[in-house]
Amino acid sequence: MAAVQETIDQVKAIDVDQYKYGFVTDIESELAPKGLNEDIVAYISAKKDEPEWMLNWRLEAFRRWKTMEEPTWARVDYPKIDFEDLHYYAAPKKREGPKSLDEVDPEILDTYKKLGIPLSEQEILAGVAPENRVAVDAVFDSVSVATTFKEELAKAGVIFCPISEAIREHPELVQKYLGSVVPVSDNFYATLNSAVFSDGSFVYIPPGVRCPMELSTYFRINEPNTGQFERTLIIADKGSYVSYLEGCTAPQRDENQLHAAVVELVALEDAQIKYSTVQNWYPGDADGKGGIYNFVTKRGDCREKNSKISWTQVETGSAITWKYPSCILRGDNSQGEFYSIAISNGHQQIDSGTKMIHLGKNTSSRIISKGISAGVSQNTYRGQVSAHRKASNARNFTQCDSLLIGDKCGAHTVPYIESKNSTAVFEHEATTSKISDDQMFYCQARGLDDEEAVALIVNGFVRDVIQQLPMEFAVEAQKLISISLEGSVG
Amino acid sequence: MNAPAKIQETKAEQSLDAQFNALIAEKTQTNANQRKQAWDAFKAKGIPHRRVEEWHYTDLRTKMRDAFALAPTCVPKADVLQGAGGLESYRIAIVNGRFAPELSSNQELDGLTVTATDGVVSSELASKDAMISLNQALVQGGISIEVAANAKIEKPIEIVRYTDGADVSSYASTCVEIGAGANVLFIESFEGENGADYQSNAFTEIKVGDEADVHWLKLQVESQKAQHIETLGIELGAKVNFQHFIYNEGSSLSRAQLFVELKGEGTHAGLRGISLLQDQQHADITLYVNHAVPECESREYYRTVVDDKARAVFQGKIIVEPAAQKTDGQMMIKSLLLSDAAEINAKPELEIFADDVQCAHGSTTGDIDEDLLFYLTARGIPEAQARKILILAFLSEAVEEFEEERCVELLEAMTRKWLHADEMVSE
Repeated sequence: MAAVQETIDQVKAIDVDQYKYGFVTDIESELAPKGLNEDIVAYISAKKDEPEWMLNWRLEAFRRWKTMEEPTWARVDYPKIDFEDLHYYAAPKKREGPKSLDEVDPEILDTYKKLGIPLSEQEILAGVAPENRVAVDAVFDSVSVATTFKEELAKAGVIFCPISEAIREHPELVQKYLGSVVPVSDNFYATLNSAVFSDGSFVYIPPGVRCPMELSTYFRINEPNTGQFERTLIIADKGSYVSYLEGCTAPQRDENQLHAAVVELVALEDAQIKYSTVQNWYPGDADGKGGIYNFVTKRGDCREKNSKISWTQVETGSAITWKYPSCILRGDNSQGEFYSIAISNGHQQIDSGTKMIHLGKNTSSRIISKGISAGVSQNTYRGQVSAHRKASNARNFTQCDSLLIGDKCGAHTVPYIESKNSTAVFEHEATTSKISDDQMFYCQARGLDDEEAVALIVNGFVRDVIQQLPMEFAVEAQKLISISLEGSVG
Repeated sequence: MNAPAKIQETKAEQSLDAQFNALIAEKTQTNANQRKQAWDAFKAKGIPHRRVEEWHYTDLRTKMRDAFALAPTCVPKADVLQGAGGLESYRIAIVNGRFAPELSSNQELDGLTVTATDGVVSSELASKDAMISLNQALVQGGISIEVAANAKIEKPIEIVRYTDGADVSSYASTCVEIGAGANVLFIESFEGENGADYQSNAFTEIKVGDEADVHWLKLQVESQKAQHIETLGIELGAKVNFQHFIYNEGSSLSRAQLFVELKGEGTHAGLRGISLLQDQQHADITLYVNHAVPECESREYYRTVVDDKARAVFQGKIIVEPAAQKTDGQMMIKSLLLSDAAEINAKPELEIFADDVQCAHGSTTGDIDEDLLFYLTARGIPEAQARKILILAFLSEAVEEFEEERCVELLEAMTRKWLHADEMVSE
């Protein structure tokens, strides 16, 4: 009986809100005035101490954006966003830029501690085995507050810093690659991001270097009425390897907040990039109030031969997700991978998937997408696989499975398969089903309660993807999945 | 992405404008109001183009350079009609959009009533798609076919649609009502003067009563230069067995749109087809299958062979409404690309709002399997012939599933002819 009582308590406890990152950090910030115009763009640029070419780039993007219209093709439904009612820049007030961790506001360090992200290097060095070390770039609202392990990375020749710093210190790299994967006028949100992006991470791995540790960025939205627009640029030079992790959270607020990021990956000859995301922005409360609008453009370019880009994502947060991490397989023999778990509960809406554009010869791609919908949520997989005329021997395998929990949610699959080459072989498979009574009975007969049974079955359902995650993330992701689904049965 | 520029009227749209105005000016025109409404619906959208999601892969606006003049009434010689290729049948002939009793069977058939109409129907679909609206604005004639309840019609009912003349267009509409418990086979063929350039737009509504068993074979063997657009609105009652098959061989541009509503429990709908494309042909099959009630089953299996510079498009959408628990829907698209310039675009969609369902879709695209080819050539079969054997096998799988013997034979003969398979064997 004790176990039963425990379950009841557990369910009660999570009944209303199970989002545990919903706290607000009370910190003084510096905000740009609401609204968006050329002055604001110039303000952001000036705040970042940017060279003139960068300002012009932003202004060009802003002018393009003015002529664009919000896309409406995704299967998501939300009130029109008032782009004038947002702060496009928010930064924790600080004395000078932090030179070392000691100078970072303790309030912020505390926030990251609460989130379970130790920023202090000593702590990590003391507590964790060296091979499990992760270098972290933490982004708080619009600015990067701390980057750890910089020196050690520099020894290997790896550049890992906030992008605003890279613009000042490595302009030749930034100018060469920024916007080369996601062009300025790519889409409405990417263009908006190009105009107003405030910070994000920049990574450059020199030729032949295997990045000595996992790199990670942690994004946190804190201020109300702000939009977060970060920009990530990762360049893996010839024969290098990097694994990059990204995590996100935000406080619980009643209004919706906008997050429009752009991530660009460039893999040169024989290089490999592994990009993993655990997206856990605030999804809104039980009635669908509040939550983050997550409109993200992520794209990787396998620019030269034998390169490989692999996307892994666990999407559990955000009120609305609109996100299609893609691979352009330009180099011969290049490979693209997309592994995704998208879980929607409550009133969440997800429209996510990938694009695999086969341009080079002997390119291959693999898509494994697992969608789970519960509550009254809508979960859409939208993906495109295309082979160009010259993409001989292109190969794709796509599998997208959806699992429905409860009878008020929806699961949708919208694949676009375009082949212009007879030697290209594309296979696509999709299934939709619910957890079968047999599976539930099997688990229950072995003494598991409803929630445990569902968690076990779901974990089996998403196993293919979890296996692709780096170890630290796999544990977190598994926990997140069970939290996200709590309260969805019974 | 950019602000929508005011779209200019194309030459085809201007021609259609003139045609409609001339048509409506005729004092004798029936149902002028309804035609006007349909025309307004068409005008609001214009000829569909690639920015319209449903027409993304078939950009009619660029492909339809002009709208040909409405075809006049005429009666061609009976021997130009092919129909079901000599199968004993009850024939209904429609020439240039109008019912042609001279070419149709004249004896009575128990349980079947055929009446000529002016073609204007009241249909919810009319405003859904621009090309249906256009059909309803310009429709030249139509027929209504009624099959009585519990009628078991042995002979296939053959509907031959013939467009006579070049540089003309024909618009026809058909209403088919099949009574409860009836059992019937339709063989519908779309054909025209060999090598002639013409446009045909047909709109057919089929309502099937409870427990009926209906097989419907569509043979699209239009002239290789023709543009063919056909829309089917299908409504199925409870415990119906409805089997539809498309054989796509003709037209430079063809599009078949099927809107299928499963409205009664325990119904089975099978939608199948094969497309054989060469030269610069463009063939589009677009499906919407809506499961509105529980315990229905639908199968969507299509196979395509694309050669030369041809292009195949498949768009399929299975919708499962919240009430439609225990739905079983399977969609499978298989395509063979035989040439480097050939192209296939597939978009098999699932839209599911009920949880207790089994739905799946699959799609494969590729060339003939090298291993299979090697197996045959290693046994002394010349490569060209081995390829044909494999293509034939690929298509036969789909044909056999139609489960209507008379049609399977006919379809296999047509496929072999297209492949020139018989010539190879005798060489």
